[in-house]
Amino acid sequence: MSKSPQHPFALYNIDSLLSEEEKAIRDVVRTFVDSTIRPNVAEWFEKGHLPARDLAKECGALGLMGMHLEGYGCAGMSAVPYGLADLELEAGDSGIRSMVSVQGSLAMYAIHAFGSEEQKNAWLPGMAAGDLIGCFGLTEADYGSNPSGMRSSAKRDGDDWLLNGSKMWITNGTIADLAIVWAQTDDGIRGFIVPTDLPGFTANDVKHKMSLRASVTAELVFDNVRLPADAVLPGVVGLRGPLSCLNEARFGIIFGTVGAGRDCLETAIDYAIDREQFGKPIAAYQLTQRKLADMSVDLGNAMLLAIHLGRLKEAGTLRPEQVSVGKMNNARIALEIARETRGILGGNGITLEYPIIRHMNNLESVYTYEGTNEMHTLVIGEALTGIAAFR
Amino acid sequence: MKVAVCVKQVPDTWAEKRLRAEDSLLDRESADGVMNELDEYAVEQALQIVEAAGGEVVVVSMGPERAAETVRKALSMGADSGIHVVDDALRGSDAIATATALAAALKGRDFDLIVFGSESTDARMSVVPAMVAEILGIAQLTFAQKVLVDGSAVTIERVTDYGFDTVTASTPAVISVVEKINEPRYPSFKGIMAAKKKPVETIGLAELSLDPGVVGSRASWSVVADFSARPAKAAGVVVSDAGDGGVKIADFLAEQKFI
Repeated sequence: MSKSPQHPFALYNIDSLLSEEEKAIRDVVRTFVDSTIRPNVAEWFEKGHLPARDLAKECGALGLMGMHLEGYGCAGMSAVPYGLADLELEAGDSGIRSMVSVQGSLAMYAIHAFGSEEQKNAWLPGMAAGDLIGCFGLTEADYGSNPSGMRSSAKRDGDDWLLNGSKMWITNGTIADLAIVWAQTDDGIRGFIVPTDLPGFTANDVKHKMSLRASVTAELVFDNVRLPADAVLPGVVGLRGPLSCLNEARFGIIFGTVGAGRDCLETAIDYAIDREQFGKPIAAYQLTQRKLADMSVDLGNAMLLAIHLGRLKEAGTLRPEQVSVGKMNNARIALEIARETRGILGGNGITLEYPIIRHMNNLESVYTYEGTNEMHTLVIGEALTGIAAFR
Repeated sequence: MKVAVCVKQVPDTWAEKRLRAEDSLLDRESADGVMNELDEYAVEQALQIVEAAGGEVVVVSMGPERAAETVRKALSMGADSGIHVVDDALRGSDAIATATALAAALKGRDFDLIVFGSESTDARMSVVPAMVAEILGIAQLTFAQKVLVDGSAVTIERVTDYGFDTVTASTPAVISVVEKINEPRYPSFKGIMAAKKKPVETIGLAELSLDPGVVGSRASWSVVADFSARPAKAAGVVVSDAGDGGVKIADFLAEQKFI
């Protein structure tokens, strides 16, 4: 070995694309992840347990919860720093990033974008502080990519609403203080703020997961949950509501997946330099160097794409099909990097001593949730041809 | 209560530190600069004192231009304003020269308390806080693991080999803190945003009315005469136990002057 190894992002001089303030935010989240998440996450993953309440408060104190929202105790950051924070969190674990994404980009965003002033004041400051945890109920067991077919319904009963039905794959479900639930009404799909301690509301843990084990996943069941008239989000009717929330969270995933990929690649490069076979480091073999070079270029390109889309979002011109480009590409790249680096680590790649198999299993979920790879492909296909292949 | 907290930018704790061939000074360009770790505890302590007693925290740093990042970090943690002492003539200052410049920057500003980390990870001398106190002619309360402020009385637990001493002084005073004292906060996002707008006074020797002859490498009492790379690690010694293993290990430790 003659030269000191360079970080994959140094190949692209990624830092030159970021402001001092953006780097400061990235560094704070990285330090938080290094001290709070990394030393513990393998154990959380193995036990299938997340100390979510404590973590939510710590994330709230930093300003991570709803960090891209203005007012109501939120940090009011722009798109790129928000993405960088997601990147660092997901370099720790996709499950932690999921908790923060669902809180900020789904639950808080829904209230912020579509709630009344009273609703915003009642819920957002506590959620920004991490004292209150939110979840977001759109997907149902039989309606994933096609949420318009949802069966959950809210019917008027005098001034009140009666909510019935169920939701599936709900991150933060069993620990949440409130759920944003989307349901069919006589007017179309509406969003409701549902406090989880109401009679008739049940949340059941989804067990036996092999992915996102350091994350809470639940089924929500509503059995005649009686909601007051002012539980409905007044600002939106129809699927546009939940889909615009998802667009926010998907944006975070474009950066987040780069974080998981980066962690895998950093681990594999360090490992390949240290690990000797046949008298020299496996990094000295051309087969390994080919893999590292390909992955570094893929990851660097994914990061450039993420920052570019972030700048578009800051300019207010980011379109949903562009979010699909980013989510489809970056989740795929990250998963491919996780699998390839798993191989570089050989047997060590399958243990929780190293982060790779944890990221790899997590990314299987990330590949599917927030719009499957297939759906994002078809959104791009529709943009290119004008023909919606999924309808 | 007006509290100053003195911070130093040092090379990243985990980076390999190098001395420069041309002048034997620490190469500060080759590694990222970070806030000296113990200074984060000092900032935290200053913030806690002011949060309890009211007042303001002023962060003070002496260092090259990029030490402004470290001042900014303390501001993003919550300090109210900053003073950055920067001047080419300060290069190569040893502990006494550094203390001279810091004391000049601190003098006449009516600080009730001046808080330091108890050592830096680069020079590791632990003497600057005491020197600053001496030059300013105020009390020094060093190596504090606990600080209690009650009006103008400041009491610390001073860490010793046998436990701690309780030491009290009246303000103004210099305090240096050890890492047991608290858990430094992270800068919050709001803090990072707010730090941009906080005032930082950048001053040189002229503003401090300091003669360039009293600071910098030429005025320093200690100079690096020579240096060489650390010798390669020697192979370990294997002690085989034939009933006398304990004695052999004790002999080895004694030979190495560990016992």
